[in-house]
Amino acid sequence: MEITLNWYLSLSAVLFVIGVLGVLLRRNAIIIFLSIELMLNAVNLTLVAFSQAFADVDGLVLVFFVMSVAAAEAAVGLAIVIALFRNKTTVNVNEINLFRG
Amino acid sequence: MEATSVRLILLLPLLGAAINGMMGLFAPAYRKQETIIGAIGTLAVAVPFVLTVLLFLGHDHGAHIVSTYTWMAAGDLSISFDYRVDALSLIMTLIVTGIGALIHLYSMGYMHGDGGYWRFFAYLNLFIFAMLNLVLAENLLVLFLGWEGVGLCSYLLIGYWYTDLKNSAAANKAFIVNRIGDFAFLLAMFLLYQAMTTAGVAPFGLDFTTIFENADVLASGTVALIVLLLFIGATGKSAQIPLFVWLPDAMAGPTPVSALIHAATMVTSGLYLLARLSPVVLEAPGVMMLIAFVGAITAIMAATIAITQNDIKKVLAYSTVSQLGYMFVAAGVGAFFVAIFHVLTHAFFKACLFLGSGSVIHAMHHVEHDLEHKGVLPSSDLPYDGHFDAQDMRTMGGLKNHMPITRWTFLISTLAIAGIPFLAGFFSKDEILFKAFELGYNGATWAFVVWGIGIVTAILTAIYMMRCYMLTFEGRERWPGAMDTKPHESPWTMTVPLVVLAIGAALTGYIGLPPLIAEVLGTESWIHHYLGAEYGGPVAEFKAEHHVPHLTEGILLGVGALIAVVGVWLAWANYRKSGLETDNTIRRRLGAVYTLFANKYFVDEAYDATVVKPITEGSRKGLAPFDQNVVDGTVNGLAKSVSGLSGWWRGMQTGIVQNYALALVLGVVVVVALMIFV
Amino acid sequence: MDFLASLPHLVSWVIFLPAIGALVLLFVPSDNAVRWTSLGVTVLTFLISLGLWAGFDAEALSATGPQLVEQVQWFPGVDITYFVGIDGLNLLLILLTTLLGPIIVLSSWTYIGKQIKGYYALLLILETGVLGVFASFDLFLFYIFFELTLIPMYFIIGIWGGENRIYAAVKFVIYTLFGSLLMLVGVLWLGFAAGDAVNDGVFTTNWYTLVSYSIPLGAQTWLFLLFALAFCIKVPLFPFHTWLPDAHVQAPTGGSVVLAGVLLKMGTYGLVRFCLPFFPNAAQTFAWPIAILALIGIVYGALVAYAQEDAKKLVAYSSVAHLGFVVLGIFAFTTEALQGAMIQMVNHGLSTGALFLIIGMLYERRHTRLMADYGGIAKSVPILTFFMVFSVLASVGLPGLNGFVGEFLILLGTFKSEVIGGWAITLIATTGVIFAAVYLLTMLYKTFYGELDKDSPNATMPDLNAREIGLLLPLAVLMFWLGFGPAPFLEKSERTVNLLLETIETKRIAAIEAEREAVVALPLSADDLP
Repeated sequence: MEITLNWYLSLSAVLFVIGVLGVLLRRNAIIIFLSIELMLNAVNLTLVAFSQAFADVDGLVLVFFVMSVAAAEAAVGLAIVIALFRNKTTVNVNEINLFRG
Repeated sequence: MEATSVRLILLLPLLGAAINGMMGLFAPAYRKQETIIGAIGTLAVAVPFVLTVLLFLGHDHGAHIVSTYTWMAAGDLSISFDYRVDALSLIMTLIVTGIGALIHLYSMGYMHGDGGYWRFFAYLNLFIFAMLNLVLAENLLVLFLGWEGVGLCSYLLIGYWYTDLKNSAAANKAFIVNRIGDFAFLLAMFLLYQAMTTAGVAPFGLDFTTIFENADVLASGTVALIVLLLFIGATGKSAQIPLFVWLPDAMAGPTPVSALIHAATMVTSGLYLLARLSPVVLEAPGVMMLIAFVGAITAIMAATIAITQNDIKKVLAYSTVSQLGYMFVAAGVGAFFVAIFHVLTHAFFKACLFLGSGSVIHAMHHVEHDLEHKGVLPSSDLPYDGHFDAQDMRTMGGLKNHMPITRWTFLISTLAIAGIPFLAGFFSKDEILFKAFELGYNGATWAFVVWGIGIVTAILTAIYMMRCYMLTFEGRERWPGAMDTKPHESPWTMTVPLVVLAIGAALTGYIGLPPLIAEVLGTESWIHHYLGAEYGGPVAEFKAEHHVPHLTEGILLGVGALIAVVGVWLAWANYRKSGLETDNTIRRRLGAVYTLFANKYFVDEAYDATVVKPITEGSRKGLAPFDQNVVDGTVNGLAKSVSGLSGWWRGMQTGIVQNYALALVLGVVVVVALMIFV
Repeated sequence: MDFLASLPHLVSWVIFLPAIGALVLLFVPSDNAVRWTSLGVTVLTFLISLGLWAGFDAEALSATGPQLVEQVQWFPGVDITYFVGIDGLNLLLILLTTLLGPIIVLSSWTYIGKQIKGYYALLLILETGVLGVFASFDLFLFYIFFELTLIPMYFIIGIWGGENRIYAAVKFVIYTLFGSLLMLVGVLWLGFAAGDAVNDGVFTTNWYTLVSYSIPLGAQTWLFLLFALAFCIKVPLFPFHTWLPDAHVQAPTGGSVVLAGVLLKMGTYGLVRFCLPFFPNAAQTFAWPIAILALIGIVYGALVAYAQEDAKKLVAYSSVAHLGFVVLGIFAFTTEALQGAMIQMVNHGLSTGALFLIIGMLYERRHTRLMADYGGIAKSVPILTFFMVFSVLASVGLPGLNGFVGEFLILLGTFKSEVIGGWAITLIATTGVIFAAVYLLTMLYKTFYGELDKDSPNATMPDLNAREIGLLLPLAVLMFWLGFGPAPFLEKSERTVNLLLETIETKRIAAIEAEREAVVALPLSADDLP
């Protein structure tokens, strides 16, 4: 059985949906954070797959951009999480509702 | 010359008021200078009196207008401070300044030692200023300025001893009741102005000259309405039904005030108004009938109340209301000059009576102090329950031996008001009754009814006034400790005015001799010729077509004299014999009717229940909470409902980022779905 | 005074001098210096504003522009200009404002105890705002000044007010802002419509251009309602009056005096300046309903005032009654009544201002406004009592004092009015003179008369000092002057009022004619169609 482009895309879609659901449903800020990374990587997978399928390196270049952005984002995001934890002693996002009307 | 005099006459009292008022207010040391204050106050009225006499002597019987400056002008309205010098205003100015000056002089003695001496004289002078504006005005608005001005001074002087809230309450009552009358006066001016200007009389300054010249442009209904409204205004100022209730309460003021304002001058301004507008008033016969009846009923009602009163000033107050009723009868039957004649005679004898009562009260106050000093007061040995009251006739009696001048002047004035022949009151009162009779004789049957009421009132007048005299000056001395505490005659500043006024009370009647007597003596009624329109004066009158026969006239004169003598004799005989007991006899005889009289027909109570209470309670318990809860409640409710709505709305802002993200995702899903499927 | 009239930019100086003073205050170190600077600035403003009186020639006023004009291009491309000037309608109100300036500064001398610099700076900015409102002949400029007055007043009530000041301040601002924002919609519509019709398609807020534009009847109705609502809230007309007692009671004395003296007049002034000439037909259509509201205000305000126990609240409700008279006069459409309304605005500023000042002086001494806490104080403070009685009498409308002139002219003009004339309105309105006596004399009765309790602080209250006499005296003199000689004041506005009424009448008839032609024209054009 040949592994076609569709397989990659399907996997990517599954990973992305898992990421979305993780962001929407999980309460732990770290897990949400990881879910975001998962979504980014799902996109990376799509980019690599398309790059392979159409023999075009542009997609690969974009992947590197995404990875560097993800790294920067991880640095800022984790810093925010730590700052939050220091203030609230929790990483449960349900308890962080300063914008509540 | 004339213009300067008029200006001085008007301005001097104002100046006096300003000096005494401002100096007293801002320089406390000045307040003790009684002689200076009194002299300034008295001169500020006496000099205008002299000027008025000079004007009067040099008067050529015409109407002269003294113009000063424009008060206000807008659109068709142009009001100036213009003054009118004619027979009527001169007579009134003489009364105001002459009697005013005497009462100022009297006050110097009466108010001696009072802490508010300066205030008192400032108010009195201000009153004279306002009253002169009233009588000298050439237009209705300047007259109204004086009209409200005298009301203000009356308010200030009734509430002069303001530390007693009763006095202040009486002052408020006087001002507010007068305002009800003024309300009608204002409406009359509005109506007159509207009627005149729409008829093309413009610019219009509500001035008498224009009114008389253009009276024919007014529809008869309009004239009647204007006269009616002015009459309602007059009932306020001149204490007639239904607005008379303030005058008896007004006796809370110092006695000179009662004499000047509430007897001689201010209360007669209603009559002056009707006399001034007599050519217009005569065009409203229906209203005149009303005026006559209101006057007659007021006269008899007040007379019946006066019989039951024990406070010497209250007796005189009701007597004033009653006499004013007579004057309105005169105005109602179209004899305006007779009304003014009675104003004049009444000013003399009633001012004399009030000042006499003031002299008595002054003496009784000294008695009170002596008694307190000796420890006799407070005493249970009083002819009535309660505290010693220096104004209560029941604790007086026998004063004739101690106060001879007061006694004789009081007696002369009592006889004059009672209508004893050849004193002033006889002539003026009889002339009123005769004019009523004459109108009846000329076909107006209702006038006979008025005449009848007048006759009954006349006999009542003689009785209650003589009662007042007897209880005060004759009989035994009834105050506690009367054996060794005696009252004293008042100082000359008080007795001189009494003597002058008593002479007036005896003699002023001769300026208005009844036609019959005048004919017999080969002379004429001076005041009729001086004021009457047919002789070039300002006061119009009803012209009788049929003259009452001489015989009837003679009989009427005789009847008038007889009832006065009988009334005086009745009171004299009974009160001399049994003194205070007579009152009890009358009370027993009359029963419930006496209670009605003694309680002043429960008019105050009726007003209280129907007007005062509803307004007070209504605003306190109805409108104020309504404003708070309903009007403001609506506004606050609106604000609350907005905040309620947003409170509900804000539930969407959970503050949980995931909810927002969910909404975002759902949104994306919807948009994508729309893009794909639609 | 004539040399003042020739000063360049006189009107602008008068308007902005207080604001410049407020800036100067920032650099003034001590509290006392702040007081004296404010006094100096307000007195100077008053003095040079006298030049307006000297420079304004009432007889020579033209229908095409005010006098002492200043007009500067502001927004290129649209016809919005800085356009100020003087005519008969605003002259007296401007003078009243500048006169009250020093009086208010003096009255706050010891009354304001905290953040003195801020208070006086806000007061001065407020004065600029009010002066700008009265002097503007550009609707946009007017609107800016109109809203500008809200801000300082909000802080004056909110910071230096009584116990419940925040509530009162917020209520005051939101209530008036609600009305004026709706008006802004009207301003925009009017500016575009008039621009299209009479200004070559350029948006305009020039008063004279706007007056020359005859608005279609249908649009008049809702525009009138938008404008009138804003002004009626400001007046305040029953039933929009409930912010007033709260604001008055909570505001410090100075705030109350500005509020009663001039801020309320912005409402009545706006009605005369804008509502009548812009929307003459609608104004006459709504004259009856508004007159009835004014009438309710007169009687209702008086009765509610009668029920009050707080002296300041009583005077606040009396304002509702008195301004009812002014509104009545405005909607009578007669010279007499409108002149009466103009002079009554000034009168009310003087006498009610004086009443608030005196109550403030009592409050400073005893820290209570409840009448029951006083009684018999005529004995301990005779001079204060004199001024109180004087102001009460002026307020009651005693002939010879100022209140009477206005009330008389208003009622006289209302009675003969062809729009709301006759018995119904005038009869009830005139009862207002009775009720005024009832509640104001009752206040005197409860507060000043009666036995003075020797042991209460009332007995040892000090009488007025020189400063207090000095600030009441000019008011008393003016009350007397306006009572006995109002003619020179009335003359200043007579021609303007007549011009205004002529404009209204011409425009009213023209609008009806235009409507009739449109109706006639329709079927004709329908016939022309194939």
